[in-house]
Amino acid sequence: MSLRIVVCVKYVPDATGDRKFADDLTVDREDVDGLLSELDEYAVEQALQIAEEADDAEVTVLTVGPEDARDALRKALSMGADKAVHVDDEDIHGSDVMATSLVLAKAIEKVGYDLVISGMASTDGTMGVLPAILAERLGVPQVTLLSEVKVEGGTVTGRRDGDTASEQLEASLPAVVSVTDQSGEARYPSFKGIMAAKKKPVEELELDDLDIDADEVGLAGSWTAVDSADERPARTAGTIVKDEGEGGKQLAEYLASQKFI
Amino acid sequence: MAEILVYVDHVDGAVRKPTLELLTLARRLGEPVAVALGNGAADTAAVLAEHGATRVLTAEAAEFADYLVVPKVDALQAAYDAVSPAAVLVPSSAENKEIAARLAVRVGSGIITDAVDLEAGDEGPVATQSAFAASFTTKSRVSQGTPVITVKPNSAPVEAAPAAGAVEALAVSFSEKATGTKVTSRTARESTGRPELTEAAIVVSGGRGVNGAENFAVIEALADSLGAAVGASRAAVDAGWYPHSNQVGQTGKSVSPQLYIAAGISGAIQHRAGMQTSKTIVAINKDAEAPIFDLVDYGVVGDLFDVVPVLTQEVQSRKG
Repeated sequence: MSLRIVVCVKYVPDATGDRKFADDLTVDREDVDGLLSELDEYAVEQALQIAEEADDAEVTVLTVGPEDARDALRKALSMGADKAVHVDDEDIHGSDVMATSLVLAKAIEKVGYDLVISGMASTDGTMGVLPAILAERLGVPQVTLLSEVKVEGGTVTGRRDGDTASEQLEASLPAVVSVTDQSGEARYPSFKGIMAAKKKPVEELELDDLDIDADEVGLAGSWTAVDSADERPARTAGTIVKDEGEGGKQLAEYLASQKFI
Repeated sequence: MAEILVYVDHVDGAVRKPTLELLTLARRLGEPVAVALGNGAADTAAVLAEHGATRVLTAEAAEFADYLVVPKVDALQAAYDAVSPAAVLVPSSAENKEIAARLAVRVGSGIITDAVDLEAGDEGPVATQSAFAASFTTKSRVSQGTPVITVKPNSAPVEAAPAAGAVEALAVSFSEKATGTKVTSRTARESTGRPELTEAAIVVSGGRGVNGAENFAVIEALADSLGAAVGASRAAVDAGWYPHSNQVGQTGKSVSPQLYIAAGISGAIQHRAGMQTSKTIVAINKDAEAPIFDLVDYGVVGDLFDVVPVLTQEVQSRKG
């Protein structure tokens, strides 16, 4: 039986760009180039490795986002995923994690899955809670924040490195997995992969296809509200000295003047 | 007065500092009711009472350690049902955020993560957060259900505020999903004797300029002279010079200490995301053009192997 893997990916503004908020206090997606969230590349990589190990597997990449989010899907397809699903509906604009996870969960169920894989967090929202929420919504085991993952005979195992301990986890499929940036370098798309990706199917879905009402998502359907977003004032220019043998002492003087020593 | 549920982060009964900070914030919103789970839960009561907990709900069961996350969600939900709180506050950590998020789904509430401040507002608690590598500050509310908010370490002072702290056993019946993910083994992280990175008042970090695992001894010596935690940039971690658990930045820990000392770190966005909210920032770098110098209160352009050992000695002699 085929192993059906769904990888959730996010199209995010480039973290090295000048990211800001739009007038409606949602993430501005106009003025900064977008791309596949770097942390999701690790999820795509692990999905491909698991698929390569399995006798028969299919990797579907799924995203919820505006038209441009297709770029993120193309990148994942060029890395080697088999097909893509893009949920794009203008009513989704401004969705918080609860609304977005609702859409993702419905889409995952529609696609059909044995294993859902995502990154540890997005590089824009950085909450890191979406995989846990998906597990809760789907009613399947959560096997998250793995730095090593393996799927064998209907069981997923992996290592989770926490603050105080490192844990070995085990759960039966179907399950939701998330992987960290320690799980293994993501492959670069080959030229052949990039060409092949152009021919791979991208299914477009709207809210109607998922039986979701417009008022369950978007700014109005979100369960949190952002009241203000202000640019952090630039730090006032500090004192900079060149070390000419006295740098260490000068620094000690400074720390003493600030009562740190 | 409204009750505020506070999830307790503890290790075998020893309460971690961020929970005490959370009690300070909880008292701004109502009467804190603490929930402590797992081995040693009841031992947390005394220190929680000293810092404002009016009640301490405790539950001990093997499930909390044997299975991932869900048993704790079941217990927190039991506490939620028993207390009907005005808000649920949870100290931010990878696991705690997952627990909070699953509770929020179950009770139909919005969730805000990694708040750095909280205040009471007309429409419920207002959370301050840092966004886009701390280049923005936002104020947000939960607009649906009982607010569930996780708060980063070092967001509030620890304050003594004696309260009753009456211990009550929390009755928990685990859901059938509780045993879905088994923890088959657990290896405790070896203690370095240094403060926890996210909780430390002072952090000393090394980057590419440290140039080798063995050279981190120079960073550690400075950290130890100051009683500080040791951090590392992604470049240093990727090179295998220091453990990932000490990485400061976008994909590592986010820290906000009183003093942050960056040695041999250029200050790429990846790193800034994790330390930009530090109160005082000091850097030592050979490259006068390094972006880290845009952030510093005090910077030394020079070789860290010249500057850091002298600084360490100065600190030791001044303290001695």
